[in-house]
Amino acid sequence: MDLFIQQVVSGFATGGIYACMALSVVMIYQAIHHLNFAQGEMAMFSTYIAWQLLAWGLPYWAVFPLVIAISFVGGFAVERIVFKPIENAPVLSHIVIFIALFAIFNSFAGFIWDFTIKAVPSPFGDGPLYPGAPIGTHQAGMIGVTMVVLVMLWAFFRFTRMGLAMRAAAANPDSARLVGVKVSMMTALGWGMASAIGAVAGVLIAPVVFLEPNMMLSILLYGFAGAVLGGLTSPAGAVLGGFLVGIIENLAGTYIPVIGGELKLPIALFLIVAVLLIKPAGLLGRRTVQRV
Amino acid sequence: MSNILEVRGLEASYGDLTVLRGIDFDIADGGVTTLLGANGAGKTTTLRAICGMIRRKGEITFEGKRIDRMSTENIVRLGVAQVPEGRGTFTTLTVEENLQLGAMTRPNDKSIHEDIEKSFHFFPRLKERRTQQAGTLSGGEQQMLAIARALMLRPKLMLLDEPSFGLAPLITKQIFEILADVKREAGVSMLIVEQNASLALGIADHAYLIETGSIVMSGEAKAIREDESVRASYLGY
Amino acid sequence: MATSEENMTGGPAIPRAAAASAKKSGSSLGTIVLAVLVIGAVILPFASKNFFIFQMTQVMVYAIAILGLNLLTGINGQFSLGHGAFYAVGAYTAAILMEMQGVPYGWTIPIAGVLCFVAGFLFGLPALRLEGVYLALATFALAVATPQLLKLSPFEHWTGGVQGIVIIKPDAPFGLDAVLNPDQWLYFFTLVIGLFLYWLARNIVGSRTGRALMAIRDNPIAARSMGVNTAVYKATAFGISAMFTGVAGCLGAIVIQFVAPDSFTFALSVALLVGLVIGGVGWLPGALLGALFIVFIPNVAEDISKGLAGAFYGFFLIAVIYLAPQGAGGLIRSGLARVKRML
Repeated sequence: MDLFIQQVVSGFATGGIYACMALSVVMIYQAIHHLNFAQGEMAMFSTYIAWQLLAWGLPYWAVFPLVIAISFVGGFAVERIVFKPIENAPVLSHIVIFIALFAIFNSFAGFIWDFTIKAVPSPFGDGPLYPGAPIGTHQAGMIGVTMVVLVMLWAFFRFTRMGLAMRAAAANPDSARLVGVKVSMMTALGWGMASAIGAVAGVLIAPVVFLEPNMMLSILLYGFAGAVLGGLTSPAGAVLGGFLVGIIENLAGTYIPVIGGELKLPIALFLIVAVLLIKPAGLLGRRTVQRV
Repeated sequence: MSNILEVRGLEASYGDLTVLRGIDFDIADGGVTTLLGANGAGKTTTLRAICGMIRRKGEITFEGKRIDRMSTENIVRLGVAQVPEGRGTFTTLTVEENLQLGAMTRPNDKSIHEDIEKSFHFFPRLKERRTQQAGTLSGGEQQMLAIARALMLRPKLMLLDEPSFGLAPLITKQIFEILADVKREAGVSMLIVEQNASLALGIADHAYLIETGSIVMSGEAKAIREDESVRASYLGY
Repeated sequence: MATSEENMTGGPAIPRAAAASAKKSGSSLGTIVLAVLVIGAVILPFASKNFFIFQMTQVMVYAIAILGLNLLTGINGQFSLGHGAFYAVGAYTAAILMEMQGVPYGWTIPIAGVLCFVAGFLFGLPALRLEGVYLALATFALAVATPQLLKLSPFEHWTGGVQGIVIIKPDAPFGLDAVLNPDQWLYFFTLVIGLFLYWLARNIVGSRTGRALMAIRDNPIAARSMGVNTAVYKATAFGISAMFTGVAGCLGAIVIQFVAPDSFTFALSVALLVGLVIGGVGWLPGALLGALFIVFIPNVAEDISKGLAGAFYGFFLIAVIYLAPQGAGGLIRSGLARVKRML
């Protein structure tokens, strides 16, 4: 039983990583009804920028907001430059562009900062939360930051006109135009926000997994799994899903001997397919109720 | 009476398919104009063209200002509200959020809240459902919501696409009564596109008849209503 | 395949008559081009070095894999970011049967085909309910998880775990080894299978099944109301597509003489998708152009600057989507149309 609880708690801690990533996945889904397969790579690139700024000697608490801002502008720019011209193209074209961005960010990160593993410091320290705790101060801090981001997002979408306009643009672009919402601007803002949240995720994840160009691929998959499990339409669901994925992953690694400690990606695959088949709306996702 | 909207030589097409072949018409300020015609005549396309939702050619002048090169959002900002085909409900948002969106182009102040209350006065059914997801409303309720949402803009001109579509006769009658109230109380100019000619002619001052992309007749609504030959050959009732 | 103008890249449907005439003149021209290509392909191994022969064999292998993907995407409008997984199944089938069971390599190919058809059909069944982004997500997950699936311990006895399996290169049979070295033999072996599969693909497209698949792509609701069982057809399309890609994987393993989990990463699935888009979605011969691209271009890119191959891929993809959304196939078709107009 002790082992079980310990595994749940440490799953909860890794779940924080996935929750963060899932949140940024859901953000972009809200904006463009797409999953951005380059999301992880964009977050990785943001993290490299943070590492670079730290290496140049900037203090951590200056770097953190700066990287968020840079990533916001970057995501916004990527939408304007790359996506805007083909916004009406079919789904396959969009997916190909995501894959292209994936390759570009991955390749440039390796080109600029080489492929050696880099350490990113944690702002929360690296000891246990209290002596003998199964969860470190960094993990606790990461979970805290994820929660703060979630609450801020919730408030933004719930209480601000801009948030309402973004939801409208995503729900029904034609109608949104007819009430005067600048839909394509909303899409670009959505990209910017998703990219900024991705940067938060990347910077918080890097102290745990180390920084290298391929660090995000499997995390993105878990992020997708979390987002789907919680519901692609629900930011809170994404965070819940992220934590659940972390816990499920850990328990499966402990109790299903086949999987072992290392090979947990098939769990994400299984989870994604299972959720999409059994409950496509996810745990907290809103099923669109519609009467014709 | 001056015209709020003047359309000259309006053409529009979907790919190779030409839908509007250079039509001219005016909408009088403060009046109700109706555009009648069969399915596929180009009624909906005309509304979409006015609002810049499809590629179009020709001159469209709103309050003396050319709008035929403007984007939909900017045309809306001038005070043109459209109640689109299929009602354009934001199904995943609540009724109240739908109404708030209608006022998106207005400065954020108390008057928005007052106008929402006013809509609830016009449409008491919506008040009961204010926190429900709009997708759960019935067809008639969604049509009411669409009209209420358009009114939230405080429009100068309202374009309505088949407000009777798919609704029971009783509900349709109710909606047209409300439109008559709106015309009387708010002085909003309207262009109503309809297949149900007798209803539309009942509320309109002026009418145009459109057939395969061209205007084939125009005149006082009253005159058209009483003209037996027009009725027999075009309106079929 | 002239009708693929109206494929899923969303171009306007071309009028039927024009399509029919294009098909006629296109197919006679196509026959000539095919004949020239085949003759060239037969001469090539006698006029080049072994390494180049090996590379060209690889091109054909990838072309078959892309052909499979093209059947799914171009004809049926589904897409997959996870075809690397079926390629892997085919490759491991060859390796396990040859090295552990002593099955002659020729037999591994039909077996791999059948196995991959079943695997594809089974994956396709749930995938049916997934459209657009969701399908992309499920197949993305499959692609990313493939290397780890191959490493799972219960299969280790068969798969050799992380180490993988080494395959012995087969010699040419029937006394042909006097004339052909193993590289040349494998080249011809692949060529014959490739031509057969190309023929098969064209026939599938022209068949009742093919038309049903295209009907589903163009208008799923109408197809359903005309009595097409979309569920079975879509899963079948996935199965057929996986079969082609699996056979390619099987040939690939024999050619490369080695399989290991890390040969079948997400990058492989990406490469296949890139090949598909470059060659032209819905245009079967495009598979060959796509394969040439994915075999040779990364080398060129690496020569220009180390580590930038990925970026080069990316920029090229974006350029294709912007400038030639129909891929090379679209460019060739519009070029031909222009020449015809000038004449």
